[in-house]
Amino acid sequence: MELDVVELSRLQFAMTAMYHFLFVPLTLGLSILIAIMETVYVMTGRPIWRQMTKFWGTLFGINFVLGVATGITMEFQFGMNWSYYSHYVGDVFGAPLAIEGLMAFFLEATFVGLWFFGWDKLSKVAHMVVGWLVAIGSNFSALWILIANGWMQNPVGAEFNPMTMRMEMTSFFDVMFNEVAQAKFVHTVSAGYVTASVFVLGVSAWYLLKGRHIELARRSMTVASSFGLAAALSVVLLGDESGYSATHTQRMKLAAMEGMWHTEEAPASFTLVALPDQEARENHYAIKIPYAMGLIATRSLTKDIPGIEDLVAESEERIRSGLIAYDALMTIRQEREATSPEIMATFEEHGGDLGYALLLKRYAEDPRNATEAQIEQAANDTVPTVWPLFWAFRIMVGLGFAFIGVMAYFFVRSNFGSRTYPRWSLVAAVAIIPTPWIAAELGWFVAEYGRQPWTVDGVLPTALSVSNLSVTSILLTLAGFITFYTILFVIEMGLMLKYIRKGPVQDVEETEKWRVRHEHRLRTHDGRDPFANPAE
Amino acid sequence: MILYEMIDFDILRVIWWGLLGVLLIGFALTDGFDMGVGALLPFIARTDEERRLVINTVGPVWEGNQVWFILGGGAIFAAWPPLYAVSFSGFYLAMFLILAALILRPVAFKYRSKRDDPRWRYGWDWALFVGGAVPALIFGVAVGNVLQGVPFRLTEDLFSLYEGSFFGLLNPFALLAGAVSLSMLIAHGAAWVALKAEGPVVERARRFGTFAGLFAMAGYALAGLWLAFGIDGYVMTTQAAAGGHSNPLLTEVAREGSWLAAYAVRPWIIIAPAMGFAGMALAYLSLWRGGELSALLFSKLGITGVIASVGLTMFPFILPSSIDPRSSLTVWDSSSSHFTLFVMLVVTVIFMPLILLYTAWVYKVLWGKVTMDEITENKNAY
Repeated sequence: MELDVVELSRLQFAMTAMYHFLFVPLTLGLSILIAIMETVYVMTGRPIWRQMTKFWGTLFGINFVLGVATGITMEFQFGMNWSYYSHYVGDVFGAPLAIEGLMAFFLEATFVGLWFFGWDKLSKVAHMVVGWLVAIGSNFSALWILIANGWMQNPVGAEFNPMTMRMEMTSFFDVMFNEVAQAKFVHTVSAGYVTASVFVLGVSAWYLLKGRHIELARRSMTVASSFGLAAALSVVLLGDESGYSATHTQRMKLAAMEGMWHTEEAPASFTLVALPDQEARENHYAIKIPYAMGLIATRSLTKDIPGIEDLVAESEERIRSGLIAYDALMTIRQEREATSPEIMATFEEHGGDLGYALLLKRYAEDPRNATEAQIEQAANDTVPTVWPLFWAFRIMVGLGFAFIGVMAYFFVRSNFGSRTYPRWSLVAAVAIIPTPWIAAELGWFVAEYGRQPWTVDGVLPTALSVSNLSVTSILLTLAGFITFYTILFVIEMGLMLKYIRKGPVQDVEETEKWRVRHEHRLRTHDGRDPFANPAE
Repeated sequence: MILYEMIDFDILRVIWWGLLGVLLIGFALTDGFDMGVGALLPFIARTDEERRLVINTVGPVWEGNQVWFILGGGAIFAAWPPLYAVSFSGFYLAMFLILAALILRPVAFKYRSKRDDPRWRYGWDWALFVGGAVPALIFGVAVGNVLQGVPFRLTEDLFSLYEGSFFGLLNPFALLAGAVSLSMLIAHGAAWVALKAEGPVVERARRFGTFAGLFAMAGYALAGLWLAFGIDGYVMTTQAAAGGHSNPLLTEVAREGSWLAAYAVRPWIIIAPAMGFAGMALAYLSLWRGGELSALLFSKLGITGVIASVGLTMFPFILPSSIDPRSSLTVWDSSSSHFTLFVMLVVTVIFMPLILLYTAWVYKVLWGKVTMDEITENKNAY
């Protein structure tokens, strides 16, 4: 790979975004789990639940702050490294980012400080409400970010304005209710809930293995496995919904993920494993499940799913159509308001393919001068590299199904069993803590790498989206981010482990007061000796 | 959709120009004192207890305050995409420094008191200093450069070519503007500490704050003179079409005359610098004499005046170009589309009052001084 401005900018964006997403999923899920725990505390008055809320809250805080800090980079990096992208689509893409700030991030950030500092300043109920506001804020935040990202995958509700040389919004409704965005939103937050559930489950299992904080760990496991099971089911179902919407919105990505080189007769089979060969455009050693692909992607037995070769042929046609639009655009730019209606009509007709003509900019300063070979090359460029997508997707899906199994097991044990867990299951719960992060990062990889060579699918090629920067500048910031982020990661992990090892702080005074009341209540109810666990 | 045409495109542009100012001022008034407190920390607080006291005055609120910055970025992206595209890529390395500082700051707040090791805490205290002082300085440097014009040109495709360098940003006038910004926010932070803390740190904050404030006032006056006699202004030589397309290349701009010519055309804008001077003078006077709330409020007034004076003086320019004046971004030719501005205005009208309301409530809950006792007892404190 040649280290040019485009590749370096991609590398920096991928690195900072994936790093940011190490912290986001835990924030999304843990904020809700903590709010649930605090709600139980408010409803039952049992100090153990307050202890749990505070303990998981401490870990939440350590994680949350890095999510916020690394999110700052994301908000400004479009302008820094993707200047032409920012100009070209800012009219559409900027809006959800700004609304995220107005509607979600302000809420989340304003109340998170009060949540940590307000234990003695607010009533129990008010404090719980503040916790829920933090959770709602962070989840709404994800909604708007995914509306922005969904638009990059499926750019609806906008059209190109030749006078301003950019995409402009025509329907806010379409942008907001973009089917890709909505499916991605539920899929992503559910993945966050699974992440937090696996985290809480794993840490609790570690306590049970060590025989520490048994009461806290058991209750935490019950909450995490119940919530986690619902979330794990939702991730897979909504992942399927994403796949279904990709069938008609991002056909090339779908074909690449599935290694579908040729259009198969419906219903297509699903390739379980294979070694995709980009050069020969075929798979080696494929194991296929008949009908499955057709059912997943089209929900029918009769609809075709186009393969990569057909899509390349289609891209070539669209490049030719885009060239007509490009030619008209050049005239419009000269003549401005005086442009003849015929030229305007030509642009109207072919303007939707303008982005395809821009693919040629890599090869020719003026796309109209491109040779036949260059047009063919540009059409081939619309195929992302298949094998990483093919495998990343399969590992993610495999993990997704595994989470359902894990959560179901612990859900049944903790709700219907004796609340005891075999040692092997606890060891396994600790061991799988990193896996939801792997699944989430792979998911983002599939979504973003699968969209190449576009930043906005069919509208703006990645190669054109960058800023006019020197390689040295980007190398400098890339090195800076890597060093800085690595140090922060080490510090964060160190603190997380320190506070997990330290465990919850028991509020002795409050527990004692509660125990006295509780024993009194039990005695007055049935006269027997109270059975109460000191921690409750 | 016809609804959005109810508000004229150019009126929307002026509203969004105003909102851009509101966001920048909102950021300076709220996160400004956090940054000032960070920059003051190593100097006004000496022992670990004192430092914890100072940090905890902003502990519960810095996170919310910082959102003004994030929202500012988002709003520039949504309402002024060319400004977002040109300035952040042009000021690339400076932006990286700001990001690094602003990433360091939250982490420092949150992690500092999580270990007892004095070296650990000492290190994070300096991180807080950097996280406060560096952005405060660079924001001013950026404003200083914008007033002198920024070396960029737009191609016919509206691709931005920036021809300056990082060290080119550090010219004398820009450094003066940076010093004004830094000292003004230090004084603002000092006013906050005086209001929220107790004991010897308050005394030191008063001294540092008054000194920094006087420096800021002198610097602001000097910058005004410099602007009057040493820096050329910009004028639009062709009238922008009413409700015209957002394409900076459609209008002609010349570099001539003085920025201060604006005060002859729109005499009322003298209010802004007057408010800046008066606010600062009253703030530092009450800070020196022991006023608490009044110092902070006057400081807010002063900062509002100073920032507003820059915007009003430059109107309608947002980002003038020093090497190709025609590329300059103005209110009339570098906004988002009519429809997007309208949608964003609706969203802002709904959510901004809510934000102000709940932020005010949070400050009310946290009202009152942070005391030493509270810090030593409270497990939730930083």
